[in-house]
Parts: sequence; C-alpha cells; structure tokens
Amino acid sequence: MSYHNPYTPPRKSATFDDYTLAEIRRAAATGIYDIRGAGTKRKVPHFDDLLFLGASISRYPLEGYREKCDTTVTLGTRFAKKPITLKTPITIAGMSFGALSGPAKEALGRGATIAGTSTTTGDGGMTDEERGHSQTLVYQYLPSRYGMNPKDLRRADAIEVVVGQGAKPGGGGMLLGQKISDRVAEMRTLPKGIDQRSACRHPDWTGPDDLEIKILELREITDWEKPIYVKVGGARPYYDTALAVKAGADVVVLDGMQGGTAATQDVFIENVGMPTLACIRPAVQALQDLGMHRKVQLIISGGIRSGADVAKALALGADAVAIGTAALVALGDNDPRWEDEYRKLGTTAGAYDDWHEGKDPAGITTQDPELMKRLDPIAAGRRLANYLKVMTLEAQTIARACGKNHLHNLEPEDLCALTIEASAMAQVPLAGTSWIPGKGGF
Amino acid sequence: MPVIDLAVTPLRDLNSALHAIPPGPNDIAFEVVNPRGSHSVAVGIDAPVAVDVKGSVGYYCAGMNDGGSVTVHGSAGPGVAENMMSGKVVIEGDASQYAGATGRGGLLVIKGNAASRCGISMKGIDIVVHGNIGHMSAFMGQSGHLVVLGDAGDALGDSLYEAKLFVRGTVKSLGSDCIEKEMRPEHLSKLAELLERAGVKGVRPEEFKRYGSARKLYNFNIDNADAY
Repeated sequence: MSYHNPYTPPRKSATFDDYTLAEIRRAAATGIYDIRGAGTKRKVPHFDDLLFLGASISRYPLEGYREKCDTTVTLGTRFAKKPITLKTPITIAGMSFGALSGPAKEALGRGATIAGTSTTTGDGGMTDEERGHSQTLVYQYLPSRYGMNPKDLRRADAIEVVVGQGAKPGGGGMLLGQKISDRVAEMRTLPKGIDQRSACRHPDWTGPDDLEIKILELREITDWEKPIYVKVGGARPYYDTALAVKAGADVVVLDGMQGGTAATQDVFIENVGMPTLACIRPAVQALQDLGMHRKVQLIISGGIRSGADVAKALALGADAVAIGTAALVALGDNDPRWEDEYRKLGTTAGAYDDWHEGKDPAGITTQDPELMKRLDPIAAGRRLANYLKVMTLEAQTIARACGKNHLHNLEPEDLCALTIEASAMAQVPLAGTSWIPGKGGF
Repeated sequence: MPVIDLAVTPLRDLNSALHAIPPGPNDIAFEVVNPRGSHSVAVGIDAPVAVDVKGSVGYYCAGMNDGGSVTVHGSAGPGVAENMMSGKVVIEGDASQYAGATGRGGLLVIKGNAASRCGISMKGIDIVVHGNIGHMSAFMGQSGHLVVLGDAGDALGDSLYEAKLFVRGTVKSLGSDCIEKEMRPEHLSKLAELLERAGVKGVRPEEFKRYGSARKLYNFNIDNADAY
C-alpha cells in the first residue's frame, strides 16, 4: 500500500516573521537603521493588566454625581516659592516646536489651558505662541540648550531638567534636515536643512552631585520661584528618583518605554528602557524610603490613554501623569480621515510613525506650511480639552467607586493584577489571590 | 559700591540684589569678597552691572549673564559664564571644564588656561583663552569664536557646526569633521578685533590657524558611519 503524502501548509518562522524579514531587506537595501517617531509598539505589561476592585461590604463608594471627588494637584511644594496648582493631574508632556508645527503647539497650549493643566516646551525652545496660549507652561532644560535663555526661564511657570525620556533612555534628540525650516533653524542656531543631533548628556554637568549644583544655579537665576522638575527615562527608577530628590528636585517625572519621541532609531525605542508599569513602584518606594512621598511629587508618563490609566498610575503612588502621544491623537494625529494620504506614504491611519519626515497628513508633526494649515489650533485645542476632561471624569468615576474623595486617595490596595507579570511589576496581588510574586506568601 | 562678603552674606542676597537693578543705563558696581569657591556667584544678571569677585569661584559663576561685566580675580570652577547672552566675563586665573558652555553672546576672557570642553555647544559666544585649552573643546560648537593663544588638546571641534576656532599654538588632534581652513582677510580682521577686546597685546592675528567644520556630517550618510 502506497503512502499518500497530504498537503503540508507553508510554515513561517516565529523568529523570522514577516516584519523581521522586511526589516532585514530594508536595512540591506538602504544601509541605514529605521528611524521613526512614537514609543514602543511591542506588547508589554501595562495598565490594561490591572483592575480596580471597587467598593464592597468592607468599603463603601461615593455617590457618583453628588459627592465630591477632588482632582487638583499642586506641584513644586518642596522648595519653590510659587508652586503650581492644576485642576486635573493630567499634564501635557514636553514636545518640541520643530518636531511639532507651530499650530500644533498652540493647540496643546489652548487645550491644556481650557482643562486647567500645564503644557511643556521641548527640545527647541519656547515660542511666543506657546507661552501666550498656555496658562501654565513648563520649560524644558535639555542637553542641547536650543533656544535656552534666562528671559524664557523667568517667564516659565516651572523648569524641567531633562535627563532622559522613556523612548530612549541614554539617547539624545534627533530632528532631521527636512524639518529644519528657517524659523526652527534660527531658534536652534543651526544652518537650515541639516540633520540636528541633540546631545545625550548635558554639556556642563555629569552625575548627581553636579546636578545638585546645576539646580542651585537655576533656582538662583529664577529667584527660587519656579518648581524644578527632573525628568528621567524608565531605566533605574529607584535610584534615579532617589538621586533626583538628593539633587534637590521639587518634582520627578518618570517616563516609561511607551513614551513617545519625535524621532529615534526603532532599535532604540524597542529595546532600551522599561515599561511604565515596572517603573512606578520602585520610584514610589524611593520617595517613601526618603520620607518624600507627596512632598516631592511624581509625574508618570508613557502610554497613558484613559482615565483608567490615570487612576491606576495614581493608585500606585504617582501624583500626576503626563500624556504626549494621546494628546497628539486628540489633536488629530493618525486620523482615518487622511487614510488616502497615509496609503500614499506606505502606511495606514493608526500606524503612521514617520514623524521625522515632516510629511504628516494631519499637519501636526511637520513644518510644511501647506500641511500645517490643515490643523485648526482652536478646534484641535478644544478636542484636547474635551479629551482631558473625559479622562478626568473617568478617573473620578473609578475613584468614587473605590470610595475615594480625592484621586490621590487611590491606593495599591484598590487594585489587583490579571497576570503574574503585572502583579510582580505593580506589586499588587494576582486577581483572586493574595499573592504578589517576589513578596512571599500565597 | 556695594560690597558683599560671602563669608557672612548668603549667596541668595547677592544674586537677588543683582536681579533687583532697575532697567536702563546705570553704573552700579558690586564687589564680592570671600567667595571661597562658592557656586552660582553672580548668575542671571540682566542689567549692565559690574561685579568684581575677589577670589576664586565654584561652578557656574556668571551663568546666563545678560549684559553684566563680571571679573573674577582668581580662578573659576566648571561652567563659568555658561549660556551667556551678552556682556563680558573675565577670569584672571584658570577656568575648569565647560567654560562658556552653550553661550549665545558676549565675551569670555580666560587669562590662564581652560580645561576640557571649553566652549562646548557654543551658540554665538566669543571666547578668548590666553593660555591652553583641554580636550573636546568646542564640541558641537554651533556659532561664535574660540580664540586660543596657547595649545589645544585632543579632539578639538569634534562634530563642529559653524563655530570658528583660532589656535596660535599646537593642536593635539582634531575631532570628527573639524579641519584646518584658510585664514581669509575677514577672519584676520575679526581675530584682531577679538584680541583687542580681550586685552591681548603683542600678538598678531597672522600667528593663528583657523579651524572649522568640514560639513561632511551635516546630513547622515551611512558611508560616514565610522566618524560618528
């Protein structure tokens, strides 16, 4: 009896999947690594892996529409003469003029102001439009020092010393020549059209002891009025937080690997840094060990999308959060209305990440005058304000269900984890158990 | 002339007094005694005030100076005159690392030597060093002039943009994309002006060599990867 060989379907490698194969071919054809914007696209343990427990017999909830749930947060209470108070703990992260268009920066300022929160400059200095439209503006102090000057330091409401960011801890900035317009070039004191490389280290300090002296200088220049933040990428959150506190920070900003960037190597974005979820508890622990929790405020960023994410970050011990990518989406980034143009660029709405090329159909990550016109800063600012308000309401809804009259009263005991990984990272019990990996007991 | 004794007066009092000077022309002069290596002496000046510091200072003296005239009768620690906008800062002794870092304008004169990274990321400042400078000076220098009467250390002008460098002595090595360039009449003229403003006597512009960017790294090319 002869053996009949049945059809065997072709089997693709899990290791060499279609994306990997395409990347190898692309690298071989072009001789350059892939540069793109946004944060990591790989799946990592995140806030989706946590759930709130809600009220029960042992905890009673607050009435949804009648009992107050406060959302205000005050930042910079440690040393600054003029701390800033925000109506919502959801702030707008630093994004540069240059990476973003002028109207996009204006829209961020408008939206944040309507919602009663702060927005932040970026690696390109402060524009008058941005200052004018932002009630509360945080001025970033970056290694490049593009556009840095004492007048802008003094007209800022807070100063953020940027040591690193979640998309690329240990990496500097990058703005490719096609986005260096006359105005961007002038603000950065660079020739038009060249690739702008921002340094990865500050030019005049290294290490925590120097940082302490640098912060002293910034405080002296601004007469100790401004809250001083220190922003770090999610790498060694316990020690980075402790050292930032030691150096005299009023606020620590901690950005996990889902945090976006305007342009960086894909290999960097996907392979360096830790997920946001893994960063929070070590940072909070450092603050608690130093007796500084709630005295030095902690802002968490990297993948915040909803009021649930906000509530979870705060329950784990953060004082506030910052959004970047989500804010751009609220403005109109990756909107399916531009699908035909995304297709022409070889992508699709929701996947467009070539922010460095300056061809953004939505007119946000561009310096092209025609594309920029597509974004109405007033309407886009309104959308952002709506989104911020919805997230705030969502967080309040959850907090009330947990019986909390302030978002800051949320606590780890309000949470459980859906996966062992998330349980270990967030240090809350696996759902249905009292077990936290690494904490003993079962 | 107000005299601030930092042995008994807090630094905060000095800097707040310097920030309280009303706008407009004035001839206010301050003297600071017993600095004893204090950090952030005379930072954030935004008026045409003169400050004489009698002794050596720590980090960031005259940081972000905008219009002031600061003289340190001693040596300066790291980051002296960092991010200066305008005005003049003179160090009678030596300067540590990062002198004039990211400066946008004004004139920094160092009468002794400057350590490594002098003029790092300079953005328009003019720096004149009577002595030698250390390694990695003018790294990523974007604009302005660095004049060195003595020698320069390793990797001068690495990843240079448009800052112009003039060295009278030897250069131990040039950094990536930094090359010697032709000294044209306009450069000699600028150099003469800088030497005069810095109080340099008996030195001719023709004694210097000019260094600047080869501009080969301005736009990424994979075949230049070894230079990054």
